[in-house]
Amino acid sequence: MTALALTPTRIAHEVRGYVRQGDTMLFTFLFPVIFLVLFSAIFAGEADAGGTTIPMATYFLPGLIAAGVLLSGVQNLAIDIAMEKGDGRLKRLGGTPMSPVTYLLGKFGQVLVTAVAQVAALLLVATLVFGVELPTDPARWLTFAWVFLLGLTACSLLGIALSAVPRSGRSASAVVIPMVTVLQFISGVYVADFQLPDGVRTVGALFPLAWMARGMRSVFLPESFDVLERGGTWGLGQVALALVVWLVLGAVLSRLTFRWIRRDA
Amino acid sequence: MTSTPPAVVVDGLHKSYGDVVAVDDLSFEIHRGETFALLGPNGAGKSTTIEILEGYRRRTGGAVSVLGTDPGTGGLDWRARLGIVLQDLPEGGVHTVREQLTQAARYYPRPRGVDEVIAAVGLESKADTRIGKLSGGQRRRVDVALGVIGRPELLFLDEPTTGFDPQARHEFWRLVRSLAEEGTTILLTTHYLDEAEQLADRVGVIIGGRLADIGRVEEIGGATSRVPVVRWREDDGELRTRRTGAPAALVAELVGRFDGEPHELTVTRPTLEDVYLDLVATALPAATSSLAAAATEVAR
Repeated sequence: MTALALTPTRIAHEVRGYVRQGDTMLFTFLFPVIFLVLFSAIFAGEADAGGTTIPMATYFLPGLIAAGVLLSGVQNLAIDIAMEKGDGRLKRLGGTPMSPVTYLLGKFGQVLVTAVAQVAALLLVATLVFGVELPTDPARWLTFAWVFLLGLTACSLLGIALSAVPRSGRSASAVVIPMVTVLQFISGVYVADFQLPDGVRTVGALFPLAWMARGMRSVFLPESFDVLERGGTWGLGQVALALVVWLVLGAVLSRLTFRWIRRDA
Repeated sequence: MTSTPPAVVVDGLHKSYGDVVAVDDLSFEIHRGETFALLGPNGAGKSTTIEILEGYRRRTGGAVSVLGTDPGTGGLDWRARLGIVLQDLPEGGVHTVREQLTQAARYYPRPRGVDEVIAAVGLESKADTRIGKLSGGQRRRVDVALGVIGRPELLFLDEPTTGFDPQARHEFWRLVRSLAEEGTTILLTTHYLDEAEQLADRVGVIIGGRLADIGRVEEIGGATSRVPVVRWREDDGELRTRRTGAPAALVAELVGRFDGEPHELTVTRPTLEDVYLDLVATALPAATSSLAAAATEVAR
């Protein structure tokens, strides 16, 4: 069996496991949708820049899409793999002739399928419930595609790397969820990016979420909103660069840390 | 035993964790088609040894060959010929028994049928139940099913029946015997000496990381270890035991001396368990448990 031939069945197995995990569905899959509903209800006002006015729901949507990518990649995989490692399921897989490449491709596939479904749910709720108008320019959707895929790949690799940190499966949620929650506060997801103090923005810009959110804002916000970004421009070149750097870092870290078992020997 | 090369060769195996020596100069062979039981107290080095053979741990010295391959460098093709049932029991997860086995079967070049394996471990009625909802004993059977689904040439069973009720244990023994009849080589560790006695062709006893004894089940402990023990109570109230190759003659003598039935008379042939406990007590006098002490008293 080659590593690739087994991948589709492995992805199906992983996705089935994902949807049956109640807390994953709530805290990873539905979280951005819940926050979209919450924010749109709380911040009922409008945002304006350069003479263009949009509902707050429209403003928050790109940040929550980016947060969904972060949760689907980093939070989901870090907890999922740490739990598999903690309760011995990973060790058992290591004892079979399945390649670790197949295992990891199965995880990527799971992340891709569930993240696409998550974005679809977000866009559906945004348009149907809050009347958000989606862009029609194909160039914007092209930007959406590469920010989404690049961000998702980087986040998946970072999730695999982070899964090595919790000392046990039980502690995985307690280790991972606070990290990604803080990141969402300082990266312009829960609090509008332009309302954050400059120092916080600088710290946020060290991590990939802020760049994914920025890339997504360039897709979903009116052109004139670029004045609210740092430097007064969308800066998509910087977005790509930052995400590639994090992707490479994630690849190196996950390659160095992924083990079927906690290596005590 | 045969001219084919052994399934497992362990030669001067050494494993230490820092300053702690877990396995020290261990050597034994397992023949093709044989069921071999590795016995020993907790912490004796059984699991370390078996996990080195499975390729999970690296040895610090000696040579090891499993199906002709060094487990330290064995690839996926080598893994496809092994079946591994680990000691610790996983939580289970959200997939059903059938889903998990169907998935695992795809990893192997010529797997057994999923339904056939489910029936062999007696989980037909739980086939479509999520593994996380099963009892501990049932999850252990799923583990055994996952270990044999790939039709392994060599099966590792690390304390497989811990937590089984007696009936489940007997069913499991039947399964292991049928695997052995098909030619599967089996390496078993267990704390149940009757299990080793029932299943194993040969037994190795590890104590303190070293091989204390090895041989056929009936040979372990040496020629005199299975000599029957006659026990009776004297008229002065003292409990007497004597080992003799002619227990019937001794009993006849006692009957003559007491002019009737001796008090509390028993004649027992030491089981593997008695012999084993005697071995452990001899090798580890400081760590002698009350159970081992009791058995030693009987055996002497």
